[in-house]
Amino acid sequence: MDCVRLEYDVDGENFASAGNASESVKRTLKQLGVSPASVRRVAIAMYEGEINMVIHAHGGKAIAEIYPDHIGIYLKDSGPGIADIDLAMKAGYSTATENIRSLGFGAGMGLPNMKKYSDEMTIDSTVGVGTTVYLRIDF
Amino acid sequence: MTIADVVKLLDAEILCGEDHLDTEIHTACGSDMMSDVLAYVKDQSVLLTGLLNPQVVRTAEMMDMLCIVFVRGKRPEPAVVELAKDKGIVLLSTEKRLFVACGILYTNGLGG
Ligand SMILES: Nc1ncnc2c1ncn2[C@@H]1O[C@H](COP(=O)(O)OP(=O)(O)O)[C@@H](O)[C@H]1O
Ligand SMILES: [Mg+2]
Repeated sequence: MDCVRLEYDVDGENFASAGNASESVKRTLKQLGVSPASVRRVAIAMYEGEINMVIHAHGGKAIAEIYPDHIGIYLKDSGPGIADIDLAMKAGYSTATENIRSLGFGAGMGLPNMKKYSDEMTIDSTVGVGTTVYLRIDF
Repeated sequence: MTIADVVKLLDAEILCGEDHLDTEIHTACGSDMMSDVLAYVKDQSVLLTGLLNPQVVRTAEMMDMLCIVFVRGKRPEPAVVELAKDKGIVLLSTEKRLFVACGILYTNGLGG
């Protein structure tokens, strides 16, 4: 099936630019006429994932595939991986440093937020190799 | 109330977005944790915060918020103001503390 495919490099060394990919996807969905409520869900879920790539995994690649009725988002990094995914999914669980917390993140709400705002979420992670998060949001 | 009313009530300085002061707002939230804003906020249009980094503007943008109020007299770096200008988000700075600023707006009719 035809889809709009967008691909972004997420810079792991630049906290200030984290969110660029999510913003671009948000703008594209708006232009395509997707409902504001769906656009908001995509924006939040992808943004939390993008932030995670930057604060936990030295950046990576974000790919968005936009179909008429849903979006599929792949967030791929070659970071440290997640040893215990169930634990990482728990609200409030975070390994973020005090420095990250002082910037307003690291509350351990990112993955639970992504789950809450998406219709499907899978995490594929190998310690020492990296993590790929897939998000599907239906319009 | 309008954003202009917020400016008056908080005795705030306008950092950018002078063109949007007539915009009507109904609700606000105050937080220094952006993940909490992303998790719990519904349709609040004003964010009051003590944080100054660019992710505050991005969080507001993701949530379709219209105005950010920096409390305790804080002012972000020019790059953050530029980012907000780009997105049409109004930035204000007030000397008041977070609790007090929220209280004033709440008392004057702004919802949570
Ligand atoms: N892409 C990732 N690579 C490695 N670890 C991750 C990644 N995303 C999340 N994690 C781990 O899962 C934990 C919980 O993530 P999250 O719920 O987003 O909370 P926070 O980012 O606030 O710590 C993180 O603290 C981190 O240990
Ligand atoms: Mg996170």
